[in-house]
Amino acid sequence: MELKMIKNIEPREFEKYELNRDRLLRLYRKMLEIRRFEEKVEELFLVKGILSGPSHLYLGQEAIAVGVLSALKDEALMVTTYRCHGHALAKGIDMNLLMAELFGKSTGTCKGLGGSMHASIYPEKGSIYATAIVGSGIPIAVGLAYSLKHQGKDNLVVCFFGDGAVNTGAFHEGLNLAALWKVPLLLVCENNLYAMGTKVERALSSKSIADRAASYNIESFVVDGNDILSVYIATKKAEKLIKEGITPVFLECRTYRMKGHGVYDKAEYRPKGEVEEWLKRDPLILFEEKLISLNYINKDELKRMDEEVKREVEGSVIFAMNSPILDFEELKNHVYG
Amino acid sequence: MGDVMELTYAEALREALREEMIRDERVIILGEEVGVFGGAYKVTRGLLEEFGSKRVIDTPISEIAIVGSAIGMALGGLKPVAEIMYMDFLTICLDQLITQASKARFMSGGKLKVPMVVRTQYSLGRIHGSQHSQFFPSWFLQAPGLYLALPSNPKDAKGLLKASIRENNPILFVECGVLYRSKGEVPNEEYLTPLGKAEIRRKGEDITIVAFSRCVNEALKASEELSKEGIEAEVIDPKTLIPLDKETILSSIKKTGRLLIVSDDIKLGGIGAEISSMVVEEAFDYLDAPIIRIGAPFIPVPFSQKLEQEYMPNADKIVREVKRLW
Ligand SMILES: Cc1ncc(C[n+]2csc(CCOP(=O)(O)OP(=O)(O)O)c2C)c(N)n1
Ligand SMILES: [Mg+2]
Repeated sequence: MELKMIKNIEPREFEKYELNRDRLLRLYRKMLEIRRFEEKVEELFLVKGILSGPSHLYLGQEAIAVGVLSALKDEALMVTTYRCHGHALAKGIDMNLLMAELFGKSTGTCKGLGGSMHASIYPEKGSIYATAIVGSGIPIAVGLAYSLKHQGKDNLVVCFFGDGAVNTGAFHEGLNLAALWKVPLLLVCENNLYAMGTKVERALSSKSIADRAASYNIESFVVDGNDILSVYIATKKAEKLIKEGITPVFLECRTYRMKGHGVYDKAEYRPKGEVEEWLKRDPLILFEEKLISLNYINKDELKRMDEEVKREVEGSVIFAMNSPILDFEELKNHVYG
Repeated sequence: MGDVMELTYAEALREALREEMIRDERVIILGEEVGVFGGAYKVTRGLLEEFGSKRVIDTPISEIAIVGSAIGMALGGLKPVAEIMYMDFLTICLDQLITQASKARFMSGGKLKVPMVVRTQYSLGRIHGSQHSQFFPSWFLQAPGLYLALPSNPKDAKGLLKASIRENNPILFVECGVLYRSKGEVPNEEYLTPLGKAEIRRKGEDITIVAFSRCVNEALKASEELSKEGIEAEVIDPKTLIPLDKETILSSIKKTGRLLIVSDDIKLGGIGAEISSMVVEEAFDYLDAPIIRIGAPFIPVPFSQKLEQEYMPNADKIVREVKRLW
């Protein structure tokens, strides 16, 4: 079976999806928020030494979280992974709360008990779960989607995971079950070509990830994950299929981590040429160029927007620094309920 | 109709599931062979016919996805009761059970809840060999966020399962395979058996015996023997290991001054190790004799029936060990 690749979206096509100037600029701003947020996080770890512990940046993958989550309705339920800051912001979680969680503060999304790897857990915004165990979110998302179907709710679950997760037992068991149960589930694999230092083809026996998903009888697409419009439109198509068939749909979004696996990883295992090639396809720059060529924004306006976003990010750091830490005595109140 | 009826342990469990499924339509059963086959040990027999395939779900052999999807269902507002056919198979889905289900509430700052029951059973004593007989409850003492129930008789099997289904926390509900066909009196009236509340199954002044699951029956048998020799044992069934009713155990020891702990798990690092440390810490001054622990040896479960029987705790071993103190 030949899998369809969704890429190179023409203006005529994205206009069909009501992606007008306003909407596109909002998408761009959200990507920019993630970019500046993550750059700040990196600085807080590496330059300032204020933050510590494992943290996995979303730099280079912004088009996926923003493209997928802005195409879906706000009430869509989300399950994601430890690489979750981008998903959190794209799902509409307040930047202050997210930053406070990274600082381990009681004002954080998880009261400082989750940390960077679970910071997107915020059920108030439909962000149900984020797991630090590779692959483990997939069966959970399947059950969550079953609960929607069982209760007759007109909603779906979106589950994000990496290329490494595709080789876990949880992936196989989860996809099989999702297809058997025909649950409303959008499976989004962010194939950034590496699982830590392991290049995807060193770990994957199938022709492609989407191909593997298709073998479970799940409609699967390969998507240019660095082009937000491709991601957005692929998601819209997937959403339609999910609704029509009440069935899972799989998107393999091809992308690249701009930085290492975790914030301390220098990613020296990646060939220089490869990194350079991918950096030319920086999703933010690609989108910027498109917006400028459409005359939707100019350089000055972009600069002003950037300054605004940077101020917001600074504000979130101040908010986090000024927040208290939970009392140790309170911990025991959160174990059982 | 009297106040009680005679049910097997398996029937009592089935009644609990039925009643809760009738009471609350969010209750859903899933697992391998729970539907068409009626449950590997027939606990769920008839439930598919009564409640339909949307609520009694046969799954593929996918332990990770059984527990994982149950977690997702619980997060989505349902009350799943997942079945893992043998306790041995829990090792396959420990990530979901321990690292996901038991941590979700805590690491979300108390925002998430996972009201899920994972039913399983241990088949020690059923000639099932090393890979189908394991019983390792003490492992879960390291899993805050999880409850662990160990029903020893039909009445508690029903009452504990009903209470577990109504809980807001994930619960590992470990049934005892050799007890499925054993009969006992079960009240006709609706009742719940609270988690974390021990029961004194026999009163006595001379020694406290804390026993779990099948071993409660062995302890009761042993007590009758000991009574003939003038030793009156107090037998306590904690019913749940997590939470553990320390108060009932400690106040009994304060009366008897002696303690024996018996359960089917391996003695090394087992339930008895934890309870005896707790007692030494909290009631040392009341102890008149060394604490005795009876469990299985540090050997995999042997297949041959004679060897398996020798491997397991029983009433004779309890009598012998208690008499050492006199
Ligand atoms: C089950 C499990 N095994 C190993 C790890 C350690 N680990 C964390 S992230 C990771 C790589 C995952 O790569 P991928 O799924 O591609 O996601 P990415 O980090 O690229 O977003 C590994 C091996 C883990 N967290 N969980
Ligand atoms: Mg990867």
